Amino acid sequence: MSAETVSIAITGAGGAGVMTAAQMVLNAAARTGLYGLMARSTGPQIRGGEAAAFIRLGAKPVNCLDNRFDVMVSLDWLNVERFAAEIPLDAASLIVCDADAGPPPSRIVASGAQFVTLPLQQTVKSLPGGRLNMLGLGVLAAILGVPDDAITVVVEKALRKRGQAVLDAGLAGVTAGRSLVEGLDVGRFHLQGASTAARTDRWSVSGNEMAGLGAVRGGIRFVAAYPITPATEILEWLAPNLEKVGGVLVQAEDELASINMIIGASFGGTPSLTATSGPGLALMMEAIGLSVASETPIVVVNVMRGGPSTGIPTKSEQSDLNIALYGLHGDAPHIVTAANSISDCLFTTQWSVHLAEQLQAPVITLTDQSLGQSRAVIDRPADISFFSKRETFAAAAATPYQRYAITGSGVSAMAIPGTPGGEYVADGLEHSVTGRPSSGAEDHGEQLAKRARKLEDLDYGQYWAEIEGEGPLAVVTWGSCAGPVREAAELARAAGMDLRVISLRLLAPAQTDRLEQALAGVERLLVVEQSHSRQFYRYLRAFYDLPGEIRVFSRPGPLPIRSSEVLQHIQSWS
Amino acid sequence: MSALPEQTALSASDFKSDYRPVWCPGCGHYSVLSSLTKALAELAVRREDIAVISGIGCSSRIPAYTNLYGFHSVHGRALAVATGLKVARPDLLVIVAGGDGDGYSIGGNHFIHACRRNVDMTYIVMDNQVYGMTKGQASPTTPADWDKSKLTPHGTGVSPFHPLAVALAAGANFIARCFAGDPNGTARVITEAVRHPGFSMVQVLSPCVTYQPEQREWKNTVRKADIVTTSEADLAARWLMADDGLSTGVMYKGHRPVYRPELEETASVADLEKWFAV
Ligand SMILES: Cc1ncc(C[n+]2csc(CCOP(=O)(O)OP(=O)(O)O)c2C)c(N)n1
Ligand code: SF4
Ligand SMILES: [Mg+2]
Repeated sequence: MSAETVSIAITGAGGAGVMTAAQMVLNAAARTGLYGLMARSTGPQIRGGEAAAFIRLGAKPVNCLDNRFDVMVSLDWLNVERFAAEIPLDAASLIVCDADAGPPPSRIVASGAQFVTLPLQQTVKSLPGGRLNMLGLGVLAAILGVPDDAITVVVEKALRKRGQAVLDAGLAGVTAGRSLVEGLDVGRFHLQGASTAARTDRWSVSGNEMAGLGAVRGGIRFVAAYPITPATEILEWLAPNLEKVGGVLVQAEDELASINMIIGASFGGTPSLTATSGPGLALMMEAIGLSVASETPIVVVNVMRGGPSTGIPTKSEQSDLNIALYGLHGDAPHIVTAANSISDCLFTTQWSVHLAEQLQAPVITLTDQSLGQSRAVIDRPADISFFSKRETFAAAAATPYQRYAITGSGVSAMAIPGTPGGEYVADGLEHSVTGRPSSGAEDHGEQLAKRARKLEDLDYGQYWAEIEGEGPLAVVTWGSCAGPVREAAELARAAGMDLRVISLRLLAPAQTDRLEQALAGVERLLVVEQSHSRQFYRYLRAFYDLPGEIRVFSRPGPLPIRSSEVLQHIQSWS
Repeated sequence: MSALPEQTALSASDFKSDYRPVWCPGCGHYSVLSSLTKALAELAVRREDIAVISGIGCSSRIPAYTNLYGFHSVHGRALAVATGLKVARPDLLVIVAGGDGDGYSIGGNHFIHACRRNVDMTYIVMDNQVYGMTKGQASPTTPADWDKSKLTPHGTGVSPFHPLAVALAAGANFIARCFAGDPNGTARVITEAVRHPGFSMVQVLSPCVTYQPEQREWKNTVRKADIVTTSEADLAARWLMADDGLSTGVMYKGHRPVYRPELEETASVADLEKWFAV
């Protein structure tokens, strides 16, 4: 058990309810004042197959999964070997498994972990309506020392709507699970929630839900959706919630439709967004260029998964950076942002909506599977509101309206249909200041410069990056890698090292001066990212003068970047 | 079309911009532009409440030749842009216009689903059975043996499809065919299409005098359809499949449910956030 956290893996056949049980453990622990993180790993099967949930609990906010697991609860051994690489175990680990499940896989045995076999299946059979995962929940609650009342509330919340019988069976399963653990020495896994924060001040959220909330907070009221793993939950969260705040979600026939629908809705004055993943983003590229040329604000949240092509849909990777930055044809300045934690999916999406609206340009917001589909217990995020709105044309002025007027900021007032005197045609053809199609060199030059200038000249304030620490060694990273990097930096500092961590939130337009300033005095620079071709490193090389000696720790998905690996890179260099 | 504030005493020319179209002399699209502006004058809707949405092609140039709000988007996607606009802004009158290549080929999927979704808008397809803008290639309505394109020197060898039959099968609520050579008739049908709720499909035979000069003959071969408008889809289907594609008229006016989500606020963002509390 590392410092003040405890890590648990729960595995079982898909459909056994592993994810449900894990989420209940997380939420119950949250009710006792603990923070936590829950990641999921599933095979390619739609239903069935094998599923694993990874939980890490702690008295302080949890940045990432641990490098090892304290406890593994295995509901059966079916295909568990597929996850072995994702579940590092050692002699200090405890494995709880079913007495009737047969011999454990050799790779798991080789870890040297302590085994405890319990009559799980046998007990479930003796319970009317018994479910293995509820029994597992009881086992876990007892191992972790989560009190009965916290578990009961969470089970009631989840099962009440399925009727009293299901609820009673669930609670009976939990009780039976608890009693199986009686007499086992598990005190070392008990954590104390340090905080007594009011429960409304702690949230249990997934990154995808936070992206959805960020959209709504930012003012998005139209969403077009085409399902794709691992972005679908953003859309599924938005469908019922958007409707409550007076917005609408349309399920489109494909991503070509969804991206063009949001352009149409935004042309009509409604802040609009879609969410997708790599293959969908590839389909949307032509229309994102239309958003650039016609200066129609839109936000595209891209939840990255393993690529190229269909790739590894259920696993995380940071390999859509290139397409997000460079995927548009022509000189097409646009904004690329990236969330660097589960809770930051909220802020970054909300900020992205603000930037799109203010700059009348497309924003591609990058998150990934490990942020989107993981859950975290977090402090209630602050209410943030950005005051500037889309600049619109008010009413007929003395001078004729020019939709694409050359202004100091590069942003020109957008007339919204319904406004008399503002009639114009939005166009992907190059145009003059009025919007009239033009192939003239002067118009092209002016409009290209205007569209670039409005993005380059904006002061993005402190939000462009998260910076912490001081020192001659800097780790520069982005997105979900920021979690393990932060934890590694904390450990390194605890060991007496000085170092800084810079995690970029604004990737385009590049904040050259700001990063160079943030890197002043740096002698060694470690780049951490999750791609095969070092996309982030190449991006840094292309846009910034990087000081000192540079090393890169880059690896593709599906295995997560672990804090111990980052720490090793840092320490081996000191 | 739902009730919009009325504007009186605008004539067709009040809806035209002063840009000179890029079209070839004699192109059918000029006449469609006139029919559209005539229909809008007849409908007496305020200019600022109308949006004309198009894709890419000679025909898709039409928004700039009106003085209305418009979107000249990308090839094939006009219906998607228009769907987003109309769903988010149900108060606007939305007209979609384009060509056969734009609508039936690259935009074919959106065509099917726009019919099926049945959002209240009018789609005008200027069908010249050719890609005019890219200088004369075959489209989904080009006859299989048309061998005038360098791209398909032996003809396409592929049968043309029936856009109106497809529209009917897919769920469009209003189906008509017009001829650019009859601008007043076309204007009347567009007016009727806009007034009818849901997705209205108006195919206009609009000659491409440059790449399909044979279509000049249409003025002799196109005729009024010998049918009365029906609301029965099976009757309309049988008629459409038997027709040679040169009969004009309103073939179908249905009562299919219109897609019109309510935009009503019943909760605040703070209410949504309560759900996340542990
Ligand atoms: C993605 C894309 N592919 C191809 C083109 C080239 N292109 C422009 S217009 C057009 C065909 C237009 O034909 P149609 O819609 O029938 O219009 P018409 O010119 O006949 O009125 C094509 C293929 C394009 N603009 N965009
Ligand atoms: S090429 Fe054909 S469709 Fe295009 S403007 Fe000329 S005549 Fe009209
Ligand atoms: Mg054509």
